Amino acid sequence: MTPLPRHHSIFFLIMRRMRAPLILLIVIIAISVLGLTLAPGVDADGNPHKLSFFHALYFISYTATTIGFGEIPFAFSDQQRLWVLICIYMSVIGWAYTLGTVFALLADRNLQQAFAMQRFVGAVRNLREPFYLVCGYGETGGLICEALDRMGVRAVVVELDEAKVGEIELHSYAADVPAIAADARNPEILKFAGLTHPHCIGVIALTNDDSANLAIAIAARLLAPKLPALCRAESRDTAANMASFGTRHIINPFEKFAEYLGLALHAPNAWHLLGWLTGLPGTAVERHRDPPRGNWIICGHGRFGRLMAQTMEAQAVPVTIIDRQPPPEADQRWIQGDGTGAEALTAAGVDSAVGLVACTGSDVDNLSAAVTARELNPGLFVIVRQNLYVNRALFDAYDADIAVVPSQIIAHECLAILGTPLLAPFLQEVRQRGEAWSAALLDDLTTRYGWSVPMIWSERINLLRAPALQQRLMDGETVRIADVLRSPAGREESLPCTVAYLRRDDDDHVVMPGPDCPLRPGDELLLIGLPEARNALCLTLAYEHTLNYVLTGKDLPGGWVWERIAAHRNRAATARRVLP
Amino acid sequence: MNLEKVIFGFFIVLAATLNFGFFVGDIDNPAHHDIYELFAAIIVSLIATLLKFGDRTQIGAVHLATSLVADLQLIAAAMVWGYAVHVTGDGMTAKATASVVSLSGGALFANIVSVIILIAETIMQRR
Repeated sequence: MTPLPRHHSIFFLIMRRMRAPLILLIVIIAISVLGLTLAPGVDADGNPHKLSFFHALYFISYTATTIGFGEIPFAFSDQQRLWVLICIYMSVIGWAYTLGTVFALLADRNLQQAFAMQRFVGAVRNLREPFYLVCGYGETGGLICEALDRMGVRAVVVELDEAKVGEIELHSYAADVPAIAADARNPEILKFAGLTHPHCIGVIALTNDDSANLAIAIAARLLAPKLPALCRAESRDTAANMASFGTRHIINPFEKFAEYLGLALHAPNAWHLLGWLTGLPGTAVERHRDPPRGNWIICGHGRFGRLMAQTMEAQAVPVTIIDRQPPPEADQRWIQGDGTGAEALTAAGVDSAVGLVACTGSDVDNLSAAVTARELNPGLFVIVRQNLYVNRALFDAYDADIAVVPSQIIAHECLAILGTPLLAPFLQEVRQRGEAWSAALLDDLTTRYGWSVPMIWSERINLLRAPALQQRLMDGETVRIADVLRSPAGREESLPCTVAYLRRDDDDHVVMPGPDCPLRPGDELLLIGLPEARNALCLTLAYEHTLNYVLTGKDLPGGWVWERIAAHRNRAATARRVLP
Repeated sequence: MNLEKVIFGFFIVLAATLNFGFFVGDIDNPAHHDIYELFAAIIVSLIATLLKFGDRTQIGAVHLATSLVADLQLIAAAMVWGYAVHVTGDGMTAKATASVVSLSGGALFANIVSVIILIAETIMQRR
């Protein structure tokens, strides 16, 4: 671990380096001024005259700074000119040395790093809103930062590669993203990046190095035990290690996808629903065809291929593996070769197969295998692994049924966890409920909100988030979900959002509560819908007037005078009703 | 012996002595106060200040502070002198001389503090 540059001492560093040139400059000016006061001259009338210190300093000041101004207060004598000539060259030497030192100082790598560090530390310290600490700005980190930015949440980035840190500055984020090129394994760096900052709301470790992610997880656990940490782990050992000291969210992209694939094979609708709910905000999800059951071929039996094979076997789908090495389990069907050639594919029975998974570590091999296989069997369901996000143009052009992009999977999973903590239990519920339930729900939601990824958020009914509603509920009124989900612009219209999950204060929960479900103080709602519904609902929950209109259809009078007049009118109306 | 310390001590003491040399004499008599001595005092004081740049210690910070005070007072004195001679046109009157000398007296005090700190630092290091 490299020790941190002492960013506190930049000022002292500069002063120390500038000491010699400044002293030289002062000495030169002093000699020049002194010489000029001693050099004999004559005034306009030819009387002997010497420059005073005041005039000498004035003359040297503009001569030494190369402004040049003429000879004052009288034309110089030759002795004075001789001395001035010497002064000019002395001052040039002085300035050249000083400027040289300044430029050398500015070009100094240590100083630049110290400046960058100080700016970064200052920017993080001055953050006054919740932010996530993102370690590693690779493909996944980039996606996460972009999504966070779109969600209006700040991010702080620590990334080892300076080029990638430069990318952040070029990238047009709505909010500034403080970033530093440093090793996130260093706990000091993590502290500077805001790990112990009171506004830090989570740590996301997405470096491509498992041990670095582990180090970040440990640092987060020890230095900020209450912060949720999301960590990427590609090997099982690392994941187990992270789990052993309480990292809350561990994401293994391949395992995650294998899990999704398993779901896709036995419950395609639940899988679609999951994909739709966890998509990146602002993107549209396309409805894929469902993976068919039958013979599958897996090209490449690495970490990912092995997981896919296991998942398929668990779903009782027969698998043929194409790889150069035999698989460790002897009972699996295995063809030696590489999947990019037609022979191996034919030998694996591509004509009769229903699906192909191309999952080697090389994007070119994967695409080549997929193209060859489609030529041999046009109806094939093809899943390709896309290792690098930058290759997406190729994969878009190929139009695979599913392209697996590890960086995207991690990003989706992170966002699902970060967006709202209520989403995770709801997704768990989706996995457990039957296929018919998911199908009905998916159909219902996508006809209402379309296939673009919906807004998912949670609202909590308490004095902070929903003061108006909380007040009414405390007064003993009964308010149902459907009553609140009306448009504040016209209460006949209901808001384009659905309550998907409701968590009660007493650890009870309701999945897909009906419109008649009464709300209670302390309830937490998971809502799915269009972004405009969020603002409208926020208004309804927080403002007494809007809430009253939404609930009763009557506009409350605003302002003290109008309230008085309205109260008077009400009293008069009651009196009239009572009298006759 | 450390050359850096010698130079440092030399400039600090020289700043104080030049300052003192300028300061002694009747406070309002221009004949007792030589302008070249004031000039030398200012230059040496500025160099002494620069020598204190970049010292991170507590004593270094106090050194720098006292030196800056001395610079400020001496430069103010020089400005008063220049103003009296070139702007008002009265030349060095008793009043102007008195204010120049009293300003340099303030600088002298700061320089003496500097010297005391220097001595204290030296004694501390002996132990």
